[in-house]
Amino acid sequence: MSDTTHHPHHQQLIGLHVNGEQYEILTEPRRTLADALRHDLGITGTHVGCEHGICGACTVLLDDAPVRSCLMFAAQAEGARVRTVESLSDGRELSDLQQAFSAHHALQCGFCTPGFLMLAEGFLAERPDATKEEIREVVAANLCRCTGYQTIVEAIDDCAAARRRVAPTALAPAQDD
Amino acid sequence: MKPAAFTYHRARDVDGATRLLAELGDEAKLIAGGQSLVAMMNFRLARPRHLIDIGGIDGLDHLRTDAGGALRVGALATHHAVHTAPPDRLGPGHAVIRDAMRWIGHLPIRTRGTVGGSLAHADATAEWCLLATLLDAELTARGPGGRRRIAARDFFHGYYTTALEPHEMLTEITFPRPAPHAALTEFAERQGDFATVSAAVSLDLADDGALRGGRVALGGVDALPVRVPEAEEALGSGAPPGPETFARCAEAAAAAIDPPDDANGSAHYRRTLTRTLVTRACEEAMAR
Repeated sequence: MSDTTHHPHHQQLIGLHVNGEQYEILTEPRRTLADALRHDLGITGTHVGCEHGICGACTVLLDDAPVRSCLMFAAQAEGARVRTVESLSDGRELSDLQQAFSAHHALQCGFCTPGFLMLAEGFLAERPDATKEEIREVVAANLCRCTGYQTIVEAIDDCAAARRRVAPTALAPAQDD
Repeated sequence: MKPAAFTYHRARDVDGATRLLAELGDEAKLIAGGQSLVAMMNFRLARPRHLIDIGGIDGLDHLRTDAGGALRVGALATHHAVHTAPPDRLGPGHAVIRDAMRWIGHLPIRTRGTVGGSLAHADATAEWCLLATLLDAELTARGPGGRRRIAARDFFHGYYTTALEPHEMLTEITFPRPAPHAALTEFAERQGDFATVSAAVSLDLADDGALRGGRVALGGVDALPVRVPEAEEALGSGAPPGPETFARCAEAAAAAIDPPDDANGSAHYRRTLTRTLVTRACEEAMAR
């Protein structure tokens, strides 16, 4: 296969797989994934804060791994599965993680919440047996300026514990390190 | 849109990437995970006219320990892949490398950022640059003219500058020998920030526990990661491995450096951090 080139200011056709749906968008190469999600697809649950990788508000899952969608171009997400906060719930009932956030008052203004939810969703899928200490370290990735970290940690820990009770064997850790 | 406009190229293989680099010249940048570059582009501190995406090149994300004990890491391996590598690929002999990953940014940075990208970016406080310096890594680069190997001591030239030619890309990093008694530690104002100072120590311990020597490397105290021979002397003097020797080593390290004085910390502060962190790294290396 040959290398491919897309010129600046020219609209580039990009295929994106988001929340189980395949989309095609025409956009400039410099479009970040975060902006493509919000402006081209109208999937605005992903929030944009600092746009340089510090705040984590734009965290989404890329092939199940949490990533900053402001630190990659939409074109780099071609061929990968993207999941945003909209994928957590079926639109009628909140997911267990979202319900845990609600129950623990893990959000105040809510701006950072989509990022924290997707960070936790990706992290717990990989480390279902995460300790509270590990959760504390992981949520340091994202900024909450209402400073509700304690309740965020408790919500994630509670959700993880509940998932372990439901499916103790299915959630055995993939590795021990 | 935050970044300046650029032309996007997607390379299918290393030859394609280096050929594009040769054709496009100085205006082109490689992008792998983009965790430093995209932030710089969003600030418009970097405005490459051409971006060559190497993220989709197959076969460059390997990670294995070969029969001789050398660890080979593909340039496109992510920090997270190294952090979570199975023990048969990254064993106890290179545990210092696995454990250093937790200091790199945060999980969503580590899932995208690559080993080769970090080394080519050459931030003076980057963990991979410090590991490469401490452990005598060998960096393999490919260019239109072929392949060459560069020793870590020749690779870093100063702030964000390396021995890489404009048309070259890193393909593999080799850590030639196991370093079972080694540790890296650092201090940053907040978890995941760039380190103010980072320290790494590798102790050469005989089977009977005697200290035969050691290496000390520091980040954040110069334009590039540095070895500190003055501090290493304290580990090679036949002294028993313990608090007194480690304190002498740390003292020598703090005395030997001429650290920068800037908004992230005064020279005095960095010297004090060096003393503490070298001691800590010695203790952690010893405890392995």
